[in-house]
Amino acid sequence: MTDATSAYQQHIGEAAALPENVMLRVNHLVKEFPITRGVFFKKQVGAVQAVSDISFEIRKGETLGLVGESGCGKSTTARCVLRLLEPTGGDVYFRTGEDDHIVNIATADKDTLREIRREMQIVFQDPYASLNPMMTVASIVAEPLVVHDVGTKEERLERVKELLQVVGLSPEHANRYPHEFSGGQRQRIGVARALALNPSFMVLDEPVSALDVSIQAQVLNLMQDLQEELGLTYLFIAHDLSVVRHISDRVAVMYLGKIAELADRDALYEEPMHPYTHALLSAVPIPDPDIEAKRSRILLEGDIPSPANPPSGCRFHTRCPKAQEGVCDVDVPELRELEPDHWVACHFPEVKKVF
Amino acid sequence: MSEALLKVEDLRTYFATEEGVVRAVDGISFEMRRGERRGVVGESGSGKSVTAMSIMGLIEPPAGDIVTGRIVFDGQNLLELSEDEMQSIRGGRIAMIFQDPMTALNPVYTIGDQLMETIVLHQKVSKAEAREIAIQALRDVQIPNAEHRLNDYPHQFSGGMRQRVMIAMGLSCSPDLLIADEPTTALDVTTQAQIMDLMLHLAEDRGTAVMLITHDLGVVAGFCDTVQVMYAGGIVESGTIDDIYHNPQHPYTWGLLGSMTRLDDATQHRLHSISGAPPSLIKLPEGCRFRPRCQFATDICRQVLPVLRPVGNAGQMAACHRSEELDLKALSVDGEVGAAASEVTS
Repeated sequence: MTDATSAYQQHIGEAAALPENVMLRVNHLVKEFPITRGVFFKKQVGAVQAVSDISFEIRKGETLGLVGESGCGKSTTARCVLRLLEPTGGDVYFRTGEDDHIVNIATADKDTLREIRREMQIVFQDPYASLNPMMTVASIVAEPLVVHDVGTKEERLERVKELLQVVGLSPEHANRYPHEFSGGQRQRIGVARALALNPSFMVLDEPVSALDVSIQAQVLNLMQDLQEELGLTYLFIAHDLSVVRHISDRVAVMYLGKIAELADRDALYEEPMHPYTHALLSAVPIPDPDIEAKRSRILLEGDIPSPANPPSGCRFHTRCPKAQEGVCDVDVPELRELEPDHWVACHFPEVKKVF
Repeated sequence: MSEALLKVEDLRTYFATEEGVVRAVDGISFEMRRGERRGVVGESGSGKSVTAMSIMGLIEPPAGDIVTGRIVFDGQNLLELSEDEMQSIRGGRIAMIFQDPMTALNPVYTIGDQLMETIVLHQKVSKAEAREIAIQALRDVQIPNAEHRLNDYPHQFSGGMRQRVMIAMGLSCSPDLLIADEPTTALDVTTQAQIMDLMLHLAEDRGTAVMLITHDLGVVAGFCDTVQVMYAGGIVESGTIDDIYHNPQHPYTWGLLGSMTRLDDATQHRLHSISGAPPSLIKLPEGCRFRPRCQFATDICRQVLPVLRPVGNAGQMAACHRSEELDLKALSVDGEVGAAASEVTS
């Protein structure tokens, strides 16, 4: 692979031996989608590199926030981590709970995958599309148990009732159908389903984006309570930077398939160093008219380039206010540790408080 | 203070469905001055978009019906106008832009055709003049190469660019009032910043009044002068942005502000969530509509629907029986409500 991530690579190590506190490590992950032409004789004419050689790790019990705008590759990354999508390259090491051994999800065979998937679950964005309208809540929540052949029918029903209570629904809801619930309640059902097999790791893919503000708060509080009670590790995908600050311990910012910046949440929000992070943070409105009146925004020029034809060098250079010709359009900036645990992929990083 | 540009009085817009009558907008009154930028905020189903559609005359009987009320625009009651008269106001003196610019633009006509259609309809100009106006309109919204892009189709534009085209179209006839219904909800945050900045400058330069409909209290804080907060078809509070954000008088407004995550908040305290969900608009609760979710509700809230009345600062209004006795400002938003998240009504 390229040496673009080599510094970070050295930091987190090549071998599959994960430090004790690491739950999951992504190494040099690449995901390409083919671009084809023709209807009957499909010919590949190119590839969209949705995720372009990224590495990061998630520590036990933490929430890693993955943020970026549409098309930056955050959801693709999450799906590759669970191997719901087949990665084009790279490794995903995961510490399994029982015997504490490490599995490479990217290369695991079907049986191993099936076993590991008990321990890693996902909650989707759209609580309307992710629940089958023909199934009762009981059968939706019990489905993972059925698939993995856990318990008798009676035991499963007991577990369902217990799970519904854990997510703040009532056990009597078990026999109802999804359409009888509001958006927030549906998202609770999705969470109950994800918890059915006692996972240790959960991917939360924009879990509150489709919900109204007052309901968002309910679900965010629930996710935090569950993490505390059950010791869960989260990969939290979102485009809303205020939500991410609220829930994450560390945050990675993605732009066009690459990680631009990765840091502890306070460092990322209070002392961001990448010009894209600056622009992103300065664009988020704050619900306080006094603060808004004093703020100045960094307005980016133009739109995000197509990932099918990403810019050379630094992918952000076409819109970056600090880009320098001959450097940023030529060399790919590597992710470097500029402060302890604060990683930035920029040739001209600079600490800047933007709000 | 000059005569109001828009005066809405006791507007009620209902929809007949199989399950019953949906009271989408149920007795709202408010005014807008010339050049005022007013935020209309509320959650899904609160009646914000139906308010806009009622003003635009886009409620189609028999499905929907404006049951009572007056919508007085520049001295004229819009509800008494013929469809032809309304046609000349819509798009001319009142323009509207929508959330999803892809569905609002016709995919089989060029951007130029669609822009010029509005211009020719509302202004007495030749086709060549209309073209010039259209090019200028695109330049005003900072679309590069305007004279060439005029011949492009909507799919050749990005989401942000399409919303710029919608704004160009909305402003091409220099309306007195622009209604923007969630104009940036479908856009990424950096694009949203570009679009809001553009709208603010254009509206300020031209003195256009803007009604900004949104669920995002952050966007309102940076753009509007005044706000009205809607809940279950009614206005629960209105005032200047300063009043609403710093001195809310209605428990719903207060709860809404407390349930927001903020970019500048370094603590990870529990959010103040409002328990439960909004009521069905077919079976509204007796008394105050927010009562089932309100932690301050008492007997009177169960019995009497509170009316919007002056409370708090001058010009501020709220529809709550208990505004005077509750000191919402003093109640710290964190810590106050512990178990609200686990309460679920069904």
